Amino acid sequence: MDFSLNSEQQLLQDSANKFAVKGYGFDRYRTTLKLDGHLDPAAWAQMAEFGWLALPLPESAGGLGGSSTDVTLVAEALGAGMVLEPYVSGLVLPGRLLTLAGNDRQQQRLEALAAGNLQLAVGWAEPGDRQNPAHCATRAVAKGSGYVINGSKLCVLNAPNAQGLIISARTSGKPGDHGGISLFEIDPAAPGVSLVRYPLMGGGSAANVIMDGASVSADALLGSIGEGFELLDDALDHATVAACAQALGAMQALVERTAAYLRVRKQFGVPIGSFQVLQHRLVDMYVDVEQSRSMVLMASVRVGSANVADRRRAVSAAKAYLGQTSKFVAQHAVQLHGGIGVTEELDVGHYFRQLTAFGILYGDRERHLDRYASLPRAA
Amino acid sequence: MDLDFSPEDQAFRAEIRTWMQANVPPKAGPEIGLPNHRETQAAWEHKLGKKGWLACNWPAEYGGPGWTATQRYIFDTERALAGAPPFSPFGLMMLGPVLMAYGTPEQQSRYLPKIASGEEFWCQGYSEPGSGSDLASLKTQAVRHGDRYVVNGQKIWTTQAHWASYMFCLCRTNTDVPKQQGISFLLIDMRAPGIEIRPITTIDGEHHLNEVFLTDVQVPVGNLVGQEGQGWTIAKYLLTHERTGLAGIADSYFQIGELHGAVNRDASLADDPLVRRRLAALEVDLLALEFTNLRTLDRVARGEPLGAGSSGLKIRGSELQQAISEAQVELGGLSALPWLGEVSTGDPVFRTATQRYNFLRACTIYGGSTEIQKNLLAKLLLGTN
Ligand SMILES: Cc1cc2nc3c(=O)[nH]c(=O)nc-3n(C[C@H](O)[C@H](O)[C@H](O)COP(=O)(O)OP(=O)(O)OC[C@H]3O[C@@H](n4cnc5c(N)ncnc54)[C@H](O)[C@@H]3O)c2cc1C
Repeated sequence: MDFSLNSEQQLLQDSANKFAVKGYGFDRYRTTLKLDGHLDPAAWAQMAEFGWLALPLPESAGGLGGSSTDVTLVAEALGAGMVLEPYVSGLVLPGRLLTLAGNDRQQQRLEALAAGNLQLAVGWAEPGDRQNPAHCATRAVAKGSGYVINGSKLCVLNAPNAQGLIISARTSGKPGDHGGISLFEIDPAAPGVSLVRYPLMGGGSAANVIMDGASVSADALLGSIGEGFELLDDALDHATVAACAQALGAMQALVERTAAYLRVRKQFGVPIGSFQVLQHRLVDMYVDVEQSRSMVLMASVRVGSANVADRRRAVSAAKAYLGQTSKFVAQHAVQLHGGIGVTEELDVGHYFRQLTAFGILYGDRERHLDRYASLPRAA
Repeated sequence: MDLDFSPEDQAFRAEIRTWMQANVPPKAGPEIGLPNHRETQAAWEHKLGKKGWLACNWPAEYGGPGWTATQRYIFDTERALAGAPPFSPFGLMMLGPVLMAYGTPEQQSRYLPKIASGEEFWCQGYSEPGSGSDLASLKTQAVRHGDRYVVNGQKIWTTQAHWASYMFCLCRTNTDVPKQQGISFLLIDMRAPGIEIRPITTIDGEHHLNEVFLTDVQVPVGNLVGQEGQGWTIAKYLLTHERTGLAGIADSYFQIGELHGAVNRDASLADDPLVRRRLAALEVDLLALEFTNLRTLDRVARGEPLGAGSSGLKIRGSELQQAISEAQVELGGLSALPWLGEVSTGDPVFRTATQRYNFLRACTIYGGSTEIQKNLLAKLLLGTN
């Protein structure tokens, strides 16, 4: 067993931290919040230059073939630095899907992705599905040489920025069946596709995507017909681990800020950090972050497991655990800051909102406990 | 022991309910849990003022309806269940009782009627950048020059200062005595020269709060309430009134009702036994709070002192408000994530839930934070007062 980072990973972590904290941070975050789709093309280009966009992508397609642990190092720094650009939803998730299942033409998209010249989004959740990707009531019916798609996708992250959408649609079976789900790449500007765009609480953008007789050609299919669930589930697991790492960065930042505030804020003539009830709270926050870090590490390794049950168990454990700890840390960071904690002026409230959104995205704690409980116990 | 309301109280409830149903503004949907539109709020308070019900906690001799504590409780419950916003508390719940106890007849006749009619909003100028939990350390100075005080300093977190005609304000009038004894309670006209109001946006994305800067503001000595140096005593008197209103029980009933509605409109939630248990658990907690509150009301009705009992209500009441909004966000899931109602799809309860959840982080901070309330109760229990 070895928990240490190798020298390349240390370099990666250092450069990501440097960018996130010095090159980004609260000021740039606030500027980016005013931009369309909460995306600064200059920041995305910088991330491409550093090689972080290529990091999770295969070498065969211009990527660096980095491990999931490598990706979490970058994601954690981005979370601490409040980086709004859609690293997880616009890169890790679609990148994994294309890597696993893209045909030759689709694989070429990976090069554009790695270079930062392409924005993609993945739509899988639907109204009333409680974020179970096997639900999928959207239908695709073969017509001529292609397919016609009807249905809607909820809260598709990064869709307002995307030139291409990858969506799940059922080609057979009924909602809940794993079999019969297929993945298609669709053009958000195509006839029959409409987007209701909105900013997200906590930053970033999303859209509800409505497909009303949207036609796609045969080569829009990713992978084999009816076998999309396993692909989607694998890619969502990779995205979930990266999202957990991002949340971990935000949680760590909140503990640091709270500790610093308890040292400097004085009431009753003493630093409020001298009150034992606040000391204990800070310690609980810290311990939560440490345990969450362990979970992210564990999941970042096991998400690559060839045993699908092992992968699912590890990822759901991490997301369920961080769903709870991120909430605790965020709520108490605000509480311990008093009035200033509930204002737009301070980054603490913004981290709070980001972590609240994190708790819901990629399946909430309940969804992941459900999934965990449905798996066989670890051998 | 009798846990039911008397026939008179039940008739009273029916009367209030009928009136509310006919008069609550029709747009009063879920958004209204956070009153933040001056015109809507003013129109609603005027309407109740005309009816004579706005100053619902005041005795008849000061222009209130003269209701019993039980009747007030029923009124507030019916108000909330009808989906109407709570009243701006500063004039009605805080200053009103203070002026009745400490104000001169002139102050009472000048200010009370316009509070009871809803014509004038007030704000509370207590907290300062360096004085939050440790309020008694406040620094804003009022120096007497003949028939006026000249006030200099800064207040912060002043809710609705941008709506208010007046602010009741704690100022330091004497620096040579122990800090609690050098504080005075002044009434300040918000239109006076030297007052500057700057908005503070809270994490629900709204403007409720302000910074108020006071530079050489002239305040007539007739606007001193009580004696010079009596401000701390008055503030403590006011706080016990403030805290009884902060449990938010009636509004929590409304929000749980809203959540039930939203859950029932979505089969994937309604059919989930874990969701129903979560709702049940919230209701059980609310019931415990409600009956504790009713016991408190009973004590008030007998003329027994409230003591620190209101701290317990405030602690649990604010936590429950937070827990309900948290459930609204979590059960709303992805439908709760569009920010600031910018998209009109999804259930309206879920769509507005994150704003409530964000804002309600403040309810364990304002009105004396949870930690401060627990310090008070601990002193009482340990006899270390
Ligand atoms: C939404 C909102 C509305 C408000 N409206 C008004 C208003 O209209 N008028 C007004 O005057 N004020 C208002 N306030 C201010 C409010 O009363 C203060 O925020 C509150 O008193 C806490 O003070 P602070 O913010 O300075 O936090 P601090 O006092 O600095 O507290 C920071 C943290 O330390 C903890 N702490 C402090 N002392 C102790 C202790 N002895 N033991 C243990 N823990 C301690 C606190 O609980 C908190 O968690 C409002 C605040 C908010 C958030």
